[in-house]
Amino acid sequence: MMQVIVNISLKHGVLDPQGRAIGRSLADLGFQEVGDVRVGKRITLDIDESDPARARQRVARMCEALLANTVIEDYEIELDDGGEA
Amino acid sequence: MSLSALRVAVIVFPGSNCDRDMMVAIEKLAGRRPALVWHKETSLDPVDLAIIPGGFSYGDYLRCGALAARAPIMEAVLDHAARGGAVMGVCNGFQILLETGLLPGVLVENAGLKYVCRNTCVEVVEGTASPFTEGLQAGQQMIIPVAHNEGNYFASDDELQRLEDNGQIAFRYAESSIIGPSNPNGAARDIAGIVSPNGRVMGMMPHPERAISPELGSADGATLLTACLEALAA
Repeated sequence: MMQVIVNISLKHGVLDPQGRAIGRSLADLGFQEVGDVRVGKRITLDIDESDPARARQRVARMCEALLANTVIEDYEIELDDGGEA
Repeated sequence: MSLSALRVAVIVFPGSNCDRDMMVAIEKLAGRRPALVWHKETSLDPVDLAIIPGGFSYGDYLRCGALAARAPIMEAVLDHAARGGAVMGVCNGFQILLETGLLPGVLVENAGLKYVCRNTCVEVVEGTASPFTEGLQAGQQMIIPVAHNEGNYFASDDELQRLEDNGQIAFRYAESSIIGPSNPNGAARDIAGIVSPNGRVMGMMPHPERAISPELGSADGATLLTACLEALAA
């Protein structure tokens, strides 16, 4: 069993109204140093797979098939073996 | 063929909530009750029009329409579309059609970050070759309500230009003296509805099935739906 984390973020250039509202709210609270704020999603998957390369490949297919909408979203795959996409 | 000979199916997902409104509207306008088809079905009897209704399919989990777009019945809807069959998606149905890839782009959160439920003025765009617009006049304005949190149409600039050039923008939000400001959600180029390159698949955010008699505030949705039905029956 392997744990895989998928981080999904809005592509650069896609408006993030939620992030903008959070940024405004942080500024109201006195956090003037905050610039752009972007909100993303983190999905944790337990996968019955022992080969990291194969797991990464399968999860990439899951991202393309369902987990991310690649019109507006990018995804990054993290394996708990310390590897990075 | 007569309108009552038209075979219409309304697809029902867990969380659909405009399926019965759509069924009632189509029955009232065509004189024949559409079939309600559950999302777990894997085949679709031959139909002249498949409708994906509004609602909150699968609780809007992951992304609006994302899970419904991968439901078993959608294979059959995609096959129907691939054969040139007509498909209409309203609101969540539009979101679902975008998630299947039958139509380009995506509907993101409203620019105002609020759920919007009000009448809008929907204008028919000139130069769209589609059964969903051919019975309407270019520039014709209709009062049809929207009710959504994710209706802000987004696509790349190239994609938007392609939609314009191909005549795929079917409906735009327009200014109206009756209801005031137009675009309720920040949609790119005021897009309220688009069609596929062959014109046979249409998605729109406004709800024509909620505007089918003056008692509901507008009968313009009936005008739109009747025009579609007549074009498909011709």
